Amino acid sequence: MSTACQIVVCGSIVPDPLQTLEPVAAPTGPALKNEMMLPAVLDPWAGHALYEAANLAKNQPGSKVWLVSLGPKAKLQQVMMTVAQKVPFELVALDGSASGFTDATETAAALADAIAAIPGLDKSRLLVFGGWESASRGAGATMQIVGERLGIIDQFQGVDQLTVNADGSLEIMERIEGGRHQVSKCLGAPALLGWATGNLPEPKNNPQVGMVNMRTVMPALQRAKPTKLAGEGLSFTSVALPKQLRETQIVKDKSPDDIAKEIVEWIKK
Amino acid sequence: METILVLAHTENDGSLAKSAREALHAAATLHKSLAGSKFVVGLIGENVQAAANSIAACPATKYFGVTGADFSQLRYATDTAAAEAICKAAQATIVVAPATSRWARVLPGVAQRLGGRADTHVTGVAAADGKISINRWYYRQRMECVSMRTQRPWFVGIDPGSQTACDCGAGAAAVEMVTVNLGDATKRTTVIGIREPKADAQTIRPDAQLMFVTGAGWTKKQADGQPHLPEAEKLILDFLKKSRASLGSSKSLVDLGGEGQAVLPFLSHMNQIGQTGATPRHAKGLSTCCHGEEPHTVGWRFIGERRAVNLDPNCGWARGKADVLYVADAFKVMAKVNELMAVQT
Repeated sequence: MSTACQIVVCGSIVPDPLQTLEPVAAPTGPALKNEMMLPAVLDPWAGHALYEAANLAKNQPGSKVWLVSLGPKAKLQQVMMTVAQKVPFELVALDGSASGFTDATETAAALADAIAAIPGLDKSRLLVFGGWESASRGAGATMQIVGERLGIIDQFQGVDQLTVNADGSLEIMERIEGGRHQVSKCLGAPALLGWATGNLPEPKNNPQVGMVNMRTVMPALQRAKPTKLAGEGLSFTSVALPKQLRETQIVKDKSPDDIAKEIVEWIKK
Repeated sequence: METILVLAHTENDGSLAKSAREALHAAATLHKSLAGSKFVVGLIGENVQAAANSIAACPATKYFGVTGADFSQLRYATDTAAAEAICKAAQATIVVAPATSRWARVLPGVAQRLGGRADTHVTGVAAADGKISINRWYYRQRMECVSMRTQRPWFVGIDPGSQTACDCGAGAAAVEMVTVNLGDATKRTTVIGIREPKADAQTIRPDAQLMFVTGAGWTKKQADGQPHLPEAEKLILDFLKKSRASLGSSKSLVDLGGEGQAVLPFLSHMNQIGQTGATPRHAKGLSTCCHGEEPHTVGWRFIGERRAVNLDPNCGWARGKADVLYVADAFKVMAKVNELMAVQT
């Protein structure tokens, strides 16, 4: 039985985690100060999903990977210059906001419509991947809604491992509470997987992969459909950075014995 | 008029977890501040009567249940069907549920089916002048927002550990059973087991009072010019054994393995805290050999009292973020801590 998969990865961009973020009020709602100036990266968990997808496609001959990404076109182009060098994929770009303050339902609707419009997509071989949460909204809601809109009811979140068996069935390890994993078996595609970290390191840049990818990335960016996320029915009454700055007591001149004693007393208290 | 539904699932033994009681408390408080609102409870599990009885003294006026062997499994297709059926039966407009891995997996999907909206990782729910608002964090715990929605039903997933658990007593609750017809398509997935480290090797303990955070410094060269990985491993594991603390780690430390460097073998990405990891809730936190700025320190955003041991007095992990920073060698300090704890236990 052929186990060739059609893997669609949903993944957007987020500000580089090393940047200082400051909220500001914009006419359309909250936003980040100098948002368009902040360096961006591929959302970390979506990145893991993409690398897992590429690895799966490599091991299942005949498989193909698409990356469906919603973000400001200029920022997407910037991030794709790096991401495209990592693994082979075909980009489907949507030109719109990647802000964490957008609504998951509206984002999911745009992504699901874009997936449904991919020419030649065979639902019986479809695996939809994404990060289980983004580093922006962090809701862990978008993927489930994408799945619902595509009619996929075999869904898994916090996935760390996927095995495709010879009969096309899937074995999936999902994170649950207390550092444990739930192991499930699914009869096969279609299925949706929201990835946690997975098991693969970030692939090294490969300029040859980059050159092949860029042949489709640039045209995809040029035809990126403008996507408006209106935030219908959602309003923010406050957006604030945490104020708590602790008065740190610096203890420099105590011996390890004294420090240990103090720590043990504090733990037992 | 709002109908507030608390949605909970039973544990393997038929009881309700603390996180369910926290959601119940949040919903009951909301109900109190929303004049004219209705308050009902929906339970899902193999058998829900014992769970309903255990909270019978709560202010709910009605209990709904979906039961059967199919609902003992943590499976998207059957859980969404059950939750959808209860929401419809209860005509719920506000659905409050604990954001456990089980509910986090399904609630947005149920909201989509019912034309509603879902907000997860909620840390506060309040009502003023008849309007409901929620608190939640954005950009991985880096900014806190208060928001409102006009859409209904509105699903609110409460972050476990963020609320007080309700202490409503037991009694006899009448549960109205809701029938859910499951087609074959909902059973394409079967849960075949749970994989977990052996009891003594389990380092993630969500209910622990203390979180012990280890940084990449444990793997670096020490004063003698050599790394001391076996010693670091022994010190850390000894401390975990004696303190029953939960182990967190910086990203740089768990990433070392992927980069082919020597690592502490008991650490995995499951231990990772911070911007790209977890943000657990514990009463106290002790960090050792950690360094870094905001992306890492969000890992202990929800830790109560915080202390750190580090050789750098200007460490970004601790300055302004910890209550006490001990400038010392963590190897020496933790060896002594373990000695003292061994004597006391």
